[in-house]
Amino acid sequence: MVPVDHYLWLSLALFTIGVIGVLTRRNVIIILMSIELILNAVNINLVAFSHMFGNVDGQVFAIFIITDAAAEAAVGLGIILAFFRNRETLLADEMDMLKW
Amino acid sequence: MGLNSILFYFFAALAVGSAILMVTRRNVVHGAVYLITTLLATAGVFLLRQAEFLFITQVILYVGGIMVLFVFVIMLVNLDVSLLQYQFNRQRFVAGVLALALAAQLFIVIKMGKTSLFPQARVPEVLPKNTEAVADALFGRFMLPFEIASILLLVAMIGAVVMAKRRV
Repeated sequence: MVPVDHYLWLSLALFTIGVIGVLTRRNVIIILMSIELILNAVNINLVAFSHMFGNVDGQVFAIFIITDAAAEAAVGLGIILAFFRNRETLLADEMDMLKW
Repeated sequence: MGLNSILFYFFAALAVGSAILMVTRRNVVHGAVYLITTLLATAGVFLLRQAEFLFITQVILYVGGIMVLFVFVIMLVNLDVSLLQYQFNRQRFVAGVLALALAAQLFIVIKMGKTSLFPQARVPEVLPKNTEAVADALFGRFMLPFEIASILLLVAMIGAVVMAKRRV
C-alpha cells in the first residue's frame, strides 16, 4: 500500500510545475492549461485523504473542483477568443487594456 | 512491492514527466496533448485510491470535454505567429525562484506534519460502493453546493457565449 504522503509529494510536484507554467509562460492558452494542472493537483490530495479517512466527502469536493475547472475553461477560452479577434496575439504581456 | 505500488509510481512518473513537457513545449497543441496525458495518469491514480466515479468523471469531463474545448480554441486562433515568438517572459528567473520557494515551504510543511498530521489510516475493510456513496453525499448533505454549482455552470455557459460572440 502506498503511504498517503507519497500522494502529497505527487500533488506538490504537479502544483509546482503548474505555478511555474503560470508565472513564466507568455502564451495565455498555456497559462490556462497550467491552471487546470494546479486544480488537478488539488484533486489528488482530496482523493488521497478521502480514502485515508474512509468517507467520500473529499471526492464530492473534487467533483465540485472539476465543475469549477469546466466553468473556468469555458469563460477563459471565450475571453481568449475575443482577445485574439481584437489584438491578433496570444501573449499575456499584450493584455494591458480593459477596453479598446 | 505490490502491483498497486508499481502502478502508482508509474502513473506518478507519467503525470510529472508530461506536466514538465507541457509547460516547456513551444507548440500549444503539443502542450495540450501532454496535458491530456497528465490528466489520464491522474485518473489512474484516482482509480488506485478506489475513487471509481471520480476516475470516470475525470476521463469523460476533463479529457473528453475540457481538453476538446482547448484544442478547438487552439485551432481557431492563429498558431503560426506564436511559434516564432519567444515563449518565456522577462521575469521568468524571479518567477521560477519564487515558485521553487513556495514548493520548498510546502515540502517542509508536509515533512514536519508527516508524523503528527496523518493519523493511522482508518480504511474500512469493505468500502461502500463508490458511485452509490458519492451520490448519497452529493444529493444528501451536499445538495445546496450541488445546486450552486449548477447555477455556476449556467452562468459560465452564458458568459462563454457572450464572450465568444462578435457583437453583443
